[in-house]
Amino acid sequence: MSRDFSAWTIDRTIPSELLSGRRVLEELLERLQGENWTSREIFGIRLALEEAVVNAIKHGNCLDPNKQVHVICQSSSEKIWIKISDEGPGFDPESVPDCTDAEHIDVPHGRGIMLMRNFMSRVEYNDQGNVVTMEKVRETPAA
Amino acid sequence: MAVHRRLQLSEVGDVSVVRFVDRKILDEANIQELGQELFHLIEDEDRKNLLLNFSSVEFLSSAALGKLITLDKKVKAHGGKLKLSNIRPEIYEVFAITKLNKLFDIRDDEADALATF
Repeated sequence: MSRDFSAWTIDRTIPSELLSGRRVLEELLERLQGENWTSREIFGIRLALEEAVVNAIKHGNCLDPNKQVHVICQSSSEKIWIKISDEGPGFDPESVPDCTDAEHIDVPHGRGIMLMRNFMSRVEYNDQGNVVTMEKVRETPAA
Repeated sequence: MAVHRRLQLSEVGDVSVVRFVDRKILDEANIQELGQELFHLIEDEDRKNLLLNFSSVEFLSSAALGKLITLDKKVKAHGGKLKLSNIRPEIYEVFAITKLNKLFDIRDDEADALATF
């Protein structure tokens, strides 16, 4: 992914607590609300952030108070770039069953990554599976 | 009858119509509480037919979807019906992406849903 950002950056390291994750999400959303994103784009970014941050805190770091989550968000006139890192062992995103398969459709978990991939322009994990990088390209570039 | 903190409940014939107190269904603790209140309607109050009206809901996460899937199983196990209505387009997209629009009976509005029980 190329990185050419100029507008603003938020860089936060938070403990593995859902409340701390919520505060970072609210801070990022506040920045996005004042920019030229459509309501659908903001909904999608919010959903992807929510799923990724909760995954990092709950499933990555297993709510371990000795582990932290690092969130970097960079916004430009064209896109928003988000990187979320946890200190867990990582996982293989390809091993998550397709929740839209008939045999998994009624399983009550495992939909977060699918939603992230659908609402964001790009979602990538590192090899270890404990760092996710996401981009959302604006439908209408900011002035 | 139990006190509901996350739900508003009304009765239309033999259908219990549920509206949500929270505009955003994403906080882990709230989702747990919401799930328990919904399950209580079926398992303890012995209601069979539920209509979930989402008109007040602006946002929900995948954790909330999980509770709805579990609720659907419980309703079916008790011989009842579960229907959803008044879902705004962004949230309907969440159901469509995950193909849960095929699992759930989703209707445009409350009157349409009530007519199908």
